[in-house]
Formats: sequence, structure tokens, C-alpha cells
Amino acid sequence: MKNDFLLQIKELKASIDNKEILKGLNLEVKPGEIHAIMGPNGSGKSTLASVLTGREIATVTHGTVTFEGRNLLEMSPEERAREGIFLSFQYPIEIPGVSMVNFMKTAINEQRKHRGQDPLSASEFLRQMREKKELVEIDSALTNRSVNEGFSGGEKKKNEIFQMAMLEPRLALLDETDSGLDIDALRIVANGVNKIRRPDTSVIVITHYQRLLDYIVPDHVHVLYDGRIVRSAGPELALELEERGYDWIRKEAEVSAESWTTGQK
Amino acid sequence: MDYRPEVITRFSALYAASRDGFRKESPELLNRHREGAYSDFIRLGIPDRKNEAYRYTNLEKYLSHDYQGYYLPVEEDFREAEKFHCEVQDLDVWNMVLLNGFFPHGDKGLIMLPGGIWVGSLRAAVKQFPAMVEKHYNRYVDNETDGLVPLNTALASDGLFIYAPRNTVYTKPIQIVNLLHSEKDIFVQDRNLIVVEEGAQLNLLVCDHALSPQHFLTNTVTEVFVNRNARFEIVRVQNQHNNSAKLTHTFIHQERDSFASSNNITLHGGLVRNATWHLLEGENAETHSFGLFLADKHQHVASFVKIDHAAPHCNSTQLFKGVLDDNASGAFNGRIMVRQIAQGTNAYQSNNNILLSEEARMDTKPQLEIFADDVKCSHGATVGQLDENALFYLRSRGIDAREARLMLMFGFAHDVIQNIPIEALRDRIDTLVMQRLRGELSRCASCAIQCN
Repeated sequence: MKNDFLLQIKELKASIDNKEILKGLNLEVKPGEIHAIMGPNGSGKSTLASVLTGREIATVTHGTVTFEGRNLLEMSPEERAREGIFLSFQYPIEIPGVSMVNFMKTAINEQRKHRGQDPLSASEFLRQMREKKELVEIDSALTNRSVNEGFSGGEKKKNEIFQMAMLEPRLALLDETDSGLDIDALRIVANGVNKIRRPDTSVIVITHYQRLLDYIVPDHVHVLYDGRIVRSAGPELALELEERGYDWIRKEAEVSAESWTTGQK
Repeated sequence: MDYRPEVITRFSALYAASRDGFRKESPELLNRHREGAYSDFIRLGIPDRKNEAYRYTNLEKYLSHDYQGYYLPVEEDFREAEKFHCEVQDLDVWNMVLLNGFFPHGDKGLIMLPGGIWVGSLRAAVKQFPAMVEKHYNRYVDNETDGLVPLNTALASDGLFIYAPRNTVYTKPIQIVNLLHSEKDIFVQDRNLIVVEEGAQLNLLVCDHALSPQHFLTNTVTEVFVNRNARFEIVRVQNQHNNSAKLTHTFIHQERDSFASSNNITLHGGLVRNATWHLLEGENAETHSFGLFLADKHQHVASFVKIDHAAPHCNSTQLFKGVLDDNASGAFNGRIMVRQIAQGTNAYQSNNNILLSEEARMDTKPQLEIFADDVKCSHGATVGQLDENALFYLRSRGIDAREARLMLMFGFAHDVIQNIPIEALRDRIDTLVMQRLRGELSRCASCAIQCN
């Protein structure tokens, strides 16, 4: 049965190298919503991105993840992408010898094939490239090169958003997209995301800091700590975290974990 | 049991039987080198794995095969060969087809291309430019390492000759299509001589094809003289079937301020070994050696390179890559020699390989001998698998795993292909490589061979 949620994560537990990182995570995202997931280093933010995109380094041991009512965990990474999940990588990969044009053309046409559409004509493809390049203010010279090869940190992040613009995902995961960006690049990248978004595009912003959220304003902010979401609130939570840091969350979480353990006994 | 004595006996018998024919048919200028070369061959023998240059390459299967004969050209055969059309479209070249190492109508004299470059058979060159052939023939070969080189000098009766006189430039590349076609299993020995005089420029494309499914053994020696301020570029595309063995020995001799580049693209062939020797004899010369091979099933592809820096301020690069699947094996042996006089040398070497199966095997061996002190030398060799992170990155954009693997392999290979100077050819080779990676036959339309 279909429900209102685009993404529904229930009691998700996942391990990397037999170490449990996610310890029962719940999250529900409706179409068009922007969620921010914040948390200290090592809380499981990137593991969550890996699980959602199907990266094999993370093993799901418990729980369910559904995307539009379908079991996401059964899908291959490429299937998830074609269904409309997009990850902006924290560390985009350099792929020498594979041109941006060939890469994007292949990706777009795989997606179109999945939807039962014909491949884009060369001229239509180039037109879209041009249009999206302007949208995210990426230098034309970059898209004539090999994927990410020799790009600066900021250029790599812009390139992620450019790819997002080309693929028009239903759900975009921005994994630490702000890291390594100066304030101008941050603004360009964030504005790019806002321009690309359609009313029903959902976004999960994974970030350590609040500054990206000045531009991409979330509907919900969640704090991930030790593999669980320990607090959820509106955008004001991000400001509070910026001001007070994560220590108070840590303390609260430990207290509640203790009482939970005591309660169990 | 050592197979080699029997092969040496067979080659010796072939030499003995050919002597009379050579005396009558072959120019004295070539004949005068034969006896000495034959004794060099007997002295060096057939290289085995004790020979450092053949340590990882076993010739037994292909050399011990009983080839029925040594090919001599017959007019009818050329008619068959002339039907061959190269599939590379938009490739604006001057094209010539060689059959089993022979030029059609080889005795009719050399052809002069616009701009003044001469092309034809070595035999015709002996008549037309005897002094030049005498000056360069058999001067640049190495007769101390590999018995197969003097064997060629002893047995070869013809081959390709190109002469670019002083300051001549031919704007188009010269394409040589080397066809193998025979009803018998044959042993082909072609001998090529290329002379690029001062300030001249020559761009050569050599395509090797096998048109009939017979077993072929080809032992090719090519000598290239690149005079001062001259420029020589050669691209070889090797696309023979897996019953053929192709052994090439190319000796490039460079004078002052000259430029040379060699690029071997090996797509098919049972056993392929390309030995390229670059001698930098004059100051401020530049040389590049590139190689790419894609091998599967039981193919073996070996590259041997020697760059000899014998003069100051010369630059050299070597970039060799291999992709190996199934039970394929490969070898890279790259030597850089920097002589004491060669101060200010820059020499760079890189060899990278991808193994796609557990059974594939690659041996790589860089060797540097440096006797000068003002030298920049670097070398690196890798044997590995495809990058899992890159694979995931492509898949995360909706590209399926198989296609993503192909893209990565193609990207890996393109690194070598991008050094090909002619754009239409570069694109065509990109396509051939992609087809080869997809497991499709990357052959030209006229080739009747199933490369299995």
C-alpha cells in the first residue's frame, strides 16, 4: 500500500567491518521536504548515506528502508539511482580517461531507458548540459575534462551539484557538501541546489555545521548521535547546535541511554 | 625437453635452401650481411627464459609449430590483398597494402609522394638509392641480445622502404596495411628501412591483419634513422588472430634535436612481442614509447623497450598499459640506460596493468642503469584491479555494473590512445578498443577471422 512518505527508515541497524554503526535509526521523509541530519564525527552520518545508496561497505543487520513503498535495500546502487536517489559525495572520485560528457550521457540514457524513454539526441543532450552548467555556475572547461580529474575541492563539489541538476533526482543526499568550500563556493553550490529543486524534490542534508543550512533551509533538523536520531526539531535546532556544540546532546543522550538500560532491567 | 635445437636446425635448413635463390634474386647489398648474421643467429640461438629480455615470454608453442614454408610473393595473391579496404573512415591517408611482408609490384620502383617522400620496396630502394641503403641497412640493429634479429637479416628478402629527404613533409599520414594471407602455415620475415633526413617529418600508421585462419609466425625487423631536427611518428595497430605470433624488433636511431614517437596498440594475436629500441645519439633529442594491449583467453603480449640516452639533454617517456582477462599473460621489460656523457637527461617510465581474472598474469620489470649524475629519472609499475570506489561512483549515477567496468577499462586504455597524433585514428582506435572490451570483434570489415 502506498503512503505519503518518499523515504521511510525503520529501526535501521548497520555495521561496517562487524562494528555496529547505526543502532536503530528511524526517519521519514515526505516529498518536497528538506531534512538536515547533523551530528558529531563518527555518529554514523556517512554510514547512513552508504546504506541509502547501496554501497557494499555497510551491512544492514536489522530494520527496513522503503522508497516510495518499495524495499530499497533489495535494489542495486544503479537501480536506486534510476529510481531517483542521488548522492552528492563527500569525496568525489577522480576517474581519468572517462570524459564528463560520456559519463553524463551514459547516466542520463540509463535513467531514460529505465523509464521506458528513448535516448536523448546529441543536440538535446548538449542543450541540457549547457543549461545545467549555467544553473550551477560550473566552468565549461571542467565538463570537457575527465570526471573530476585535476578538479579543485570546490570544483568537485560543484560538479556533484551539476550531476544532480542533470539527473533531477527525487531524493538528493548531500553528504558534507559544504566541507572544503569557501563562502562564495558554498553560496553557489547551495543556490544551485535550490534552483534545481522541484516542489516535490526531497533533500537530506548531512552536515556537521549549520552554515549550509542558511542557504538550504530545512523543514526538519535531526541530531544523529551514536547511531540513533536522538533529537528532532525545526530549523532552530541547527542554530542551537551551532551555538552550544554537541556536548549537551552527548550528555542528554547518555542520560537517556542509561535510563533506558535501567528501565530494561 | 628443449625444443630449440630442432627449431634452429629447421631455420638452418631454410637458410641453406634459400642461399641459391638469394644469390640469384636478392641484391648483393642485402646478401653481404647474410653470412655474418647467420653466424650471429647460431651464436645467440633462440631466446629462452634465461635471456633477461624473454624471461616471461615463452616462444615454444609458436616457434616449434611446423610452418610449411617461407613465403615468396605470387601476383594472384596481391589481387586478393587489393580488395582489402581499411575501415577507418575520414582517415585521410596515403595507403599501401603489403602482403606477407611484400610490396605489390615491388620491382617496379619507388613511388614519390607529393612533397617528395619516397615509398616502396626495399629491393627497389637498393636499385634507386644504393648508397643510402648501404649507409643505413643493418646499422642500427642489436646483434647481441636476441638471435631472432640476425635471423631476420639472414633470411629476409624484402620489406618496406620509406625515405623522407631533407626538409620534406608529407601532410598526411602514410598508412601501411600488413596483411597475412596464405593457404599454408607460413613464416614471414619482413625487413623494413625508414630514413627521415634532416628537418623532414614522417607520420606512419601500420595496421597488421590476418585474412586467413592459418598459423602465422612473423619476425619483423624495422630500422629507423631520424636525422637532425627531423620528426618521426609511428602507430601500430595489431589485430591478428590467435593462431598468429607476431614478433617485432624496431630500432630507432635519433640524431640531434630530433623527435620520435612509437605507439603499439595490440588488440588481438596469439602471441605478440614488440621490442622497441630508442637510441638517443644526438643532443636535445626527444623520444616517446607507448604501448597498450588488451588480452584474454590464452594470449600473451610482451613489450620490451630500451631507451639508450647516449647524448646530453635528451628527454624520453615510456607509457605502457595492459588489460588482461581469462588466462592471458603479459610482460613488460623497460630499460633506461643513461650513459656517462648524457648529463641533463629526463627519463620517465610508467607501466600500469589491470587484471580482470584470478588466472591472468602480468610480469613487469623496470631496469634503470644510470652513469651520469645530472639526471631526472622516474619509474613506476602497478598491477591491480579496477578501482572499487570509482566503480561505485559510476553505479551511483545509474550506470550498471558491467557498463561501469567497461567505462573504467576504457578510461584506463584511453590514457595511451590520447597520445596518437591523428584525431580520426584516435577516435577509431577508441572505438576498436571499446568493441574489444565489450567482447565484440574489433576487426575491420574485410577480415574473415573469428578471433577465438
